[in-house]
Order: sequence, then structure tokens, then C-alpha cells
Amino acid sequence: MKKSPLSQEFIINTIIKSSGYSAIFFVGIIFYFLISQGLPALKMIDLTSLTSTRWYPIEGYFGILPLISGSIIVTVGATLIAVPFGIGTALFIAEIAPRWAREFLKPFVEILAGLPSVVLGFLGIVVLSPLLRNMLNLPTGLSAFTGSLLLGAIAIPTIVSVAEDALDAVPKEYRDAALALGATKWQTIWTVTLPAARSGVLTAIMLGIARSIGETMTVMMVTGNAPVLANNLSVFFSPVRTMTATIAAEMGEVAYGSAHYHVLFLVGIVLFVISLIVNITASAVVFTQTKRSEKLLS
Amino acid sequence: MTFLTVTPIFLVVGYIIWQGIPAISWEFLSGFPSDGMKDGGILPAIIGTFYLTIGTGIFAVPLGVGAAIYLSEYTQENSLTRLIRIAIINLAGIPSVVYGLFGFGLFVLFLNFGTSILAGSLTLAIMTLPVIITTAEEALRSVPQAFRIVSVSLGGTKWQTIRRVVLPQALPGIITGVILGLERAAGETAPILFTVAAFFLPRLPSSPFDATMALPYHLFVISTQVPGMPIKIQFGTALVLLVFVLSMNLIATIIRYRARARRQW
Repeated sequence: MKKSPLSQEFIINTIIKSSGYSAIFFVGIIFYFLISQGLPALKMIDLTSLTSTRWYPIEGYFGILPLISGSIIVTVGATLIAVPFGIGTALFIAEIAPRWAREFLKPFVEILAGLPSVVLGFLGIVVLSPLLRNMLNLPTGLSAFTGSLLLGAIAIPTIVSVAEDALDAVPKEYRDAALALGATKWQTIWTVTLPAARSGVLTAIMLGIARSIGETMTVMMVTGNAPVLANNLSVFFSPVRTMTATIAAEMGEVAYGSAHYHVLFLVGIVLFVISLIVNITASAVVFTQTKRSEKLLS
Repeated sequence: MTFLTVTPIFLVVGYIIWQGIPAISWEFLSGFPSDGMKDGGILPAIIGTFYLTIGTGIFAVPLGVGAAIYLSEYTQENSLTRLIRIAIINLAGIPSVVYGLFGFGLFVLFLNFGTSILAGSLTLAIMTLPVIITTAEEALRSVPQAFRIVSVSLGGTKWQTIRRVVLPQALPGIITGVILGLERAAGETAPILFTVAAFFLPRLPSSPFDATMALPYHLFVISTQVPGMPIKIQFGTALVLLVFVLSMNLIATIIRYRARARRQW
């Protein structure tokens, strides 16, 4: 070594320190970029136009409400599907399945998590949507419903792994105490274990929601891409368009600096802020749970 | 209820294999597309995804592992580290298409890299960073403190301890995390839509500044935007992508399994 260990140590320390700060740097730079490219939209298009109900950029209609409603519809549908299946599977893996089955099931959930979203979208187009069209007699199989089914499938692994960790973390004493008092296995799960893991399970659900809101390719391929504002419940079975699909579909065709370009960044900001809120809430819930358990143990 | 969750996975993978195998042949895997994409092979897409995955690794691994080392070995829990962790959580939560937007604006337009492997890799790298940092930090933290104490008592400096003792012990866990992160990056479409992906390139990329085809993007385009596309080729492409991604998953799982068996504590 040409340099003394101490000065070499200093260089390494600086490199590592800057890697540590890099995460903050990247979030900052992404945020700055989105804002700088998105805010001009507010200057170019007045607020009433942005909150109108028509999204038709070629003609100058930049109402983002249909997009937001599209995202909400698909996310709500996905959550309705993913939560029962996800929590059910997590319960099964954590509480009911024997040890050997757990080692077998967890990798499967991981495989489902690893499936690229395009592949699921592809199957949606090729298999699911004709199936739904024939089964339910719809004019088209590309609808919010199809999107919700697939999005639910994508969100399930997230919910399962976080919820399963939360259920696993419930101390054995809780379950033993309930059983000792005469509860059946199911009663124990419903009245003791699940409430004890409540914040972890809530975190799991929120992370699943965040995943659904942010998913792009699957929704773009199967939700039909019609930016129509919902006015009654039947919209669930007709095409919608999400914020994510809009950005993905239209970004390639905008002129740099045009109003359309800036509005797409604005939609990006909305997405960024929504995910920020959901993620911070989810992690805040985790933090409070830790604090509470620290109080209990001390 | 769990069966309902698990069985579809079998069905999905099985169906793609069944429908896709007829399309797989040596020409398919090593040839170029022809006849307006409706025939021929998908080699450029395979190579493109390969290059992108490696590029993502080049940028994300040093940065991510470095950050993990910082969080695990160099600091106590204070407000600065909480800020870093919040930043990581946020990075993890950003939708993939917003990464694409950001990458497009910054790397393609502002820094003038153009639609290139460089832009795509950088974008995917930032996206993969949270996964690598979180798993690497967990791996580093799981190394018992005793190892570090012994090293320091024998006269090692902090970096020497990390480099020669802690890091090698944590390596299997770190590698597992890296592979899983890269697996996600390989399968993502939205970030590469406007930063690197091209639909039809008659030659392979020759520099990091070239655009390239990529498997996820290719599947997306041939299944939504090419009329008359033989369904066999679509399934074949899906199968190749699936094999690529799942084999990475398999490798990571095997590494994790063997490391757990061989662990020295």
C-alpha cells in the first residue's frame, strides 16, 4: 500500500458517506425535476381547465379528473380483491400451515411477486379479457374490472409478505394464553392474533394500495384507455384510463416544452405526491407500532 | 383461499410455457426480427435486456452497497439516518412510470444522453437502489457484533474490518438482494419506455449511447401494436422473458439457501 492506512481510510470513509447521502440526493433531484417541469403547466393552462372533465390533449382539453377517477376505480377494485386473498393467504401461511408447507409456499408468493407486469398484462389481453367478454356479455373485455383483477394479483404478494411478517411477530404468549383460556384456533386468530398484528396488517394493505396506484403496464394493456369520468357504477365494466397509463402512452409523442409535455409532468407530480402520502403513512404506522411494543416490554 | 392464490401461478406459468414452447428454436433465440416483426427471432431484445441489467448493476450495486455499509457500520440511529431511511422509503414507493418520466427529462433531454442504454441503466439503477440498500443493510446487520470486535481488537481499522471480515460474511445476503433487485429491473417496462427502448433496430447496440430493444418493451409492443402478429411469437417472447426473470429468482433462492446452511453463526 502506497498510502498509509489512515489516509486511505479517509478516502473510503468519504466515498461511503456520500453513498449514504445519495438516497436523499436522488429523492431531492427527482422531486425538483418533476416540480420544475410540471409547474409550468399551471401557468400555461388555467386551473378550471385542469379540473374539467375532458382529457383530450389534441384539442387542448387537459382535464385530469377522468384520469384520477380512473386510477381510483382500478385501485379500489384491486384492493377489494387483493385484501381478502392476501390477508387470507398470509393468515394461512403464518398460522395454519404446518412448518414444511411454509417453506414451500413462501417461494411461490415470491415468484408471483417477480412476474413482470407486462407478462400479466399480456395474459390479460390474450386470455382474461376475451374470457370476461364472453362470460359476462360485455361489449369489450378491456375494462376497469379486468384491470382490477390483474392489479389485485400483482398487489397480493406485497400484502402477503408484509402481513405474514406482522402476524409472525405476534408473541407466542398471546396465542398460548388464548388457547389456555379455552379459545379455538379460529377464535384465537380472529380475536387475538389479528388485532395484535393490526398495524402491520394495515401497513401491508397500504403498501398494496400504493403498488396498485403506481402500476403502469398492466393497466395500460387491459383497461381500455378511455379517459371517461365515472358517473355511475356500470363504469366498472367499461374502459377507463389511469394516470400512469396516460403518462406512459402519451409521453413519447409530446414536443418538449409544449403544454401537453408539462401537463404530463403535472400528472406525474400528482402520482408522486399520492404515493408519498401513502408510503409515509404506512411507515409511520410501523414506527408507532415499534414504539408501542417498546413501551410494553420496558 | 390460499389455493386460489397459489394455483393461478402454476396455471399462468404453465400456460405460457405450453403456448410459448412451439415458438422457441435456435433461430428464434439468436436471430433478428424480420417481416415487420412478424417473423424471425428476438436476439436484439434479449441482448438489450442483458446489457440493461448489467448496466443497472454497475450503477446500483456500488452505490447501494456503499449506502448500506454507511447505514449499518458508520452511524447510530439519529435524525440524519432517519432522513435517509425516509428517502429510501420514498424512492421505493415512486411509481415506475414516474421514474421513466424523470429519466426521460433528466438523462435523455437535459443531459443530452439521448435514448440510450446509459439513460435507461441510470434510471433503472435509481429505481433498484432502495431494494439493494434495504437487503444489503439487513445482511450486514445480521453479522454478529463479535466478528467486528475481534477484528478491531487485533488491530484492524474500520475499513479493514468491513472489507475483510464483515463484508465477506454478509456477501450471500447482499448478492441475493442484488439479484432480486436486478430481476425486477430486467422485467420493468415503464422506466425504459422513453429512455432506451426502440422498437426495431437492425443491428445490436455497439455503445452505451445506443438505443436498444428490450424484452419487456418488445412484448408490450407486439401484443398491443402490431396487427396480425402471430400469437405463437408473442407467447414465445413472454416465455423468454419469464425464463430470464425466474432463473434469476432461482439463482437468488439457491444462494440464500446455501448461505443459510453454511453460515458460521
